[in-house]
Amino acid sequence: MIMHKDKYSDRKFIIYGFFIFVGFSFIIRLLYLQVLDNEYAYAADNNARRDITVYPPRGLIYDRNGELMVYNEAVFDLMVVPGQVKDIDEEMLCQLLEIDYEDYQKRFKKAKKFSSRKASIFEKQLSKTQTAYLQEKLYQFPGFYVQARTLRKYPSASAAHLLGYIAEVNDKELSSDCFYASGDYIGKSGIEKSYEKNLRGQKGIKKLLVDVYNREKGAFHEGQFDVPAVNGQKLYTGIDLEMQMYGELLMQNKIGAIVAIEPQTGEILAMISSPTYDPNKLVGRIRSANYSTLLVDTLKPLINRSLTSSYPPGSTFKLAQALIGQQEKVLNNNTIYTCNGGFHYGGLTVGCHPHNPNLNLQESIMISCNAYYCNVYRSVIENPIYRNSEAGYRKWREYITKLGFGVKYGIDLPYETTGNIPKPEYYDKYYGKGHWNSITTISLAIGQGEILATPLQLANLAALIANRGYYITPHLVAQVGDSTKRNALYTKKNQSGIDPRYFEVVINGMEDVVMKGTARSAFIDSISVCGKTGTAQNPHGENHSVFIAFAPKENPKIAIAVFIENSGYGGTWAAPIASLMIEKYLKGYINSARLPIEKRMLEGNLINYHAR
Amino acid sequence: MRDRNLIWRDMDWITVGLYLMMVFFGWISIYSAVFNEDHSSIVDLSQRYGKQLLWIGAAIFIALLILLVDPKFFSQFAIIIYGMHLISLIMVLLLGKEVAGSKSWFEIGSFAIQPAEFMKYATALAVAFYFTNINPKVSHLRATIIAAAIIIIPAGLILLQNDTGSALVYVSFIFVLYRRGLSGNIFIIGVLFIFIAILALLLESTAQKMVLVGIIVAILAAIFYFSRRTLRNGLRLGAVLVVLTAYLFSVGFAFTKLQPHQQIRIKVLLNMEQDLQGAGYNVHQSKIAIGSGRFFGKGFLQGTQTKFDFVPEQSTDFIFCTVGEEWGFLGSSLVIVIFVIFLIRIVFIAERQRSVFAQIYGYGVASILFFHFTINIGMVMGLLPVIGIPLPFFSYGGSSLWAFTILLFILIRQDAERMKLL
Repeated sequence: MIMHKDKYSDRKFIIYGFFIFVGFSFIIRLLYLQVLDNEYAYAADNNARRDITVYPPRGLIYDRNGELMVYNEAVFDLMVVPGQVKDIDEEMLCQLLEIDYEDYQKRFKKAKKFSSRKASIFEKQLSKTQTAYLQEKLYQFPGFYVQARTLRKYPSASAAHLLGYIAEVNDKELSSDCFYASGDYIGKSGIEKSYEKNLRGQKGIKKLLVDVYNREKGAFHEGQFDVPAVNGQKLYTGIDLEMQMYGELLMQNKIGAIVAIEPQTGEILAMISSPTYDPNKLVGRIRSANYSTLLVDTLKPLINRSLTSSYPPGSTFKLAQALIGQQEKVLNNNTIYTCNGGFHYGGLTVGCHPHNPNLNLQESIMISCNAYYCNVYRSVIENPIYRNSEAGYRKWREYITKLGFGVKYGIDLPYETTGNIPKPEYYDKYYGKGHWNSITTISLAIGQGEILATPLQLANLAALIANRGYYITPHLVAQVGDSTKRNALYTKKNQSGIDPRYFEVVINGMEDVVMKGTARSAFIDSISVCGKTGTAQNPHGENHSVFIAFAPKENPKIAIAVFIENSGYGGTWAAPIASLMIEKYLKGYINSARLPIEKRMLEGNLINYHAR
Repeated sequence: MRDRNLIWRDMDWITVGLYLMMVFFGWISIYSAVFNEDHSSIVDLSQRYGKQLLWIGAAIFIALLILLVDPKFFSQFAIIIYGMHLISLIMVLLLGKEVAGSKSWFEIGSFAIQPAEFMKYATALAVAFYFTNINPKVSHLRATIIAAAIIIIPAGLILLQNDTGSALVYVSFIFVLYRRGLSGNIFIIGVLFIFIAILALLLESTAQKMVLVGIIVAILAAIFYFSRRTLRNGLRLGAVLVVLTAYLFSVGFAFTKLQPHQQIRIKVLLNMEQDLQGAGYNVHQSKIAIGSGRFFGKGFLQGTQTKFDFVPEQSTDFIFCTVGEEWGFLGSSLVIVIFVIFLIRIVFIAERQRSVFAQIYGYGVASILFFHFTINIGMVMGLLPVIGIPLPFFSYGGSSLWAFTILLFILIRQDAERMKLL
């Protein structure tokens, strides 16, 4: 079957033409898609990449012995990008999350309102098992993914006021710091707040490739554009966790505060405010309910009384008067004032308890004679070297301020208050200029009247006396991260302007207070404790029981102030509690002979005073 | 022995070279499309590229077998081959396995074979046989009808399998018929009908359609005015008007009889519907993948769109996306140029045949490959509706690779023999 030239032979050219035409059209189309039109190239970028925020673990917090106070626990948030959600089985998702459909719609609407392209939290803090289960089903829900976050855990369930808590950022915080995104956590109180910038670390970004089924397909460009997260810095505090917990135990069923400071360093060893709460209660899903309960509690457990509440310091203040009097050279150890049941001037009487009427300075501290300190105060204010009483008062106030009263220290905790040492202008306004003097303000002599001090300030006074003349600004955190560089504020010696030699007689007097004076309940036979009681009168009922102390007498290791509201004499509650704290810290255990005291302190329920 | 050596000498090495190039480039693209770091070994049989390597090996073996067979075997047994393949199509309808709504697969163990793929070369053989042995006394009309039947019967059986794409391939035989003398008007009429069909879908209301009818009337009237104004011409034009109008109104009706997904595919192509998540999704993703390749491409294995399953069917029907994304405008243009050269070469081979059988068969080969090439790449680039047919030699799949290889190598075998026919 041999073929001859046929008449349709030329049609092959038309067919060639067809082939070339189609090929040419395709190349034009390719040119348009690939070279001339950028739209598809951009679309590709959005298609394939998902930026995941990598949350760094928040910094850990340790006590002075390396005991872990706060650590992190991973939880997972279910995130949603509303724009990517399509054709999902909503009912199934509701079932997985154990929410009803209405709730689902509400959440979805909210997320969509925030942004349809950016992720928002759909369900917070899924448990590990819930997450594991959900993650398997997640491919069915494009637009949803799981984001790891960390929650705080407090193994000792203590030091709530110091550590503070973290919570979701509010709108104000969101707008003032671009670091935060909606749903992020921020320190709201305690050192979580004051060291927020160190603890939070730096967020990282992980660029992932994601396919249309919402499945992660590995790192974008092998992760070379990822920004690694930087872990939050560790905080090494000066807290002795064991003592802190012991203090909280002693303070149970009492209202008040304990502040213990290491005098040489200014590091806070313990800071207890009672009533307190378990910091684990303010974590996670249970947070908001518990927070509301704590907030409305009439005993105000959320307040850190050690530095936010101020009280009349009572007789503990006499120590300051003794130091100022000596420095002003209107007082020495041989100065004798007579007490006939109190201080009498004209019609005014400041009462005193019965005791041997003639006392020198050291004895006056041991006995805590009111009349003696009214006279000391009077001699300082009415010192003839000053023009008038106001000038004398100004000088006195200068000393008091240098002794750490009426000022904020700049401790690394929020909500520190100044207490109150009235300015001369206050009395000018109250009595009229030139119409007031030491007699009008005589109650200041014994730590009463307008004067208010925080437990922290009283503990600091004890530290200052222990240091014989200076204090280091009290602080919780000794070291931030691995750097050995210290905050200058927390290493500087704040001089009181009182000559060290004037401290000897005061310290001897404080030793006597515990040996044979008003705080014999604080006596520990193996440790020389130097202390001073206070019984602060206040308009709210029963006196506050106050005690400040340091120990040992030579080379002191601990200075402490104990403040117990409405519980009576300083020697009854505050002094024994302080001595137990000291003993626990210095010896590590309580001598068996003192166990009955410990038992009495632990069992003492003083809250009923308030109920009455 | 001597015979075989002659084959090596007389075989068209250009075509074989282009074939090997395309198969290799196709395999590279499949490798890239399903690449997965856990299975990077090229012979991993759990992965598609590993399997495809196996299919390629088998395809080359099949090609060698065909080269060893006497070329007269195909011209003489064409009808028997055709008949056996028709039976296989009927068998698959009865015994086949349904995959994605199409009942077009035989399953033998873990292998699956798609008889429709092999039907193409059998039909090409049958058409060539018919025209070679045609009785000159048979009228032109009758010859056309028989030829049409040879083509339409397998297409109909494949349509019954619900594999519209593979059935449409048989339209490509129009080129063979055209070369054999079918009026060129068939293309004009075809284009006209497609054009009217598109208008019919776009003009949804009857009023709009009536405007179109008015325009047709005006055009026909003008033709009548400028041509010989005889009654016969008038009647002819009147018949055209009736046919066109009936067609115009029936398209809309026929359209509603299509499968919903097919309706949407057509609507998306005509821009009547924006459905980027549904039917338009494939094409949209595929355009993104190709577009993101830019001029030079992202490089081998660097594609983000195809590699990460954004494009469905990326290793089968949408394999060209991988080429577009990873090799850019340069690489994808090169593939198109290779295809066009390849097609031209086949027609050139067909034209140099001295046997009618080989020439017609050659045209069948060119037509089938051309149709696949046009529809597949047109679909991937969003120029044509989504019709699922593979890109010859590129797409993943044993059946299609083997079928195209058989199709091609029967021609090469015939061509190697041409010198002997004098």
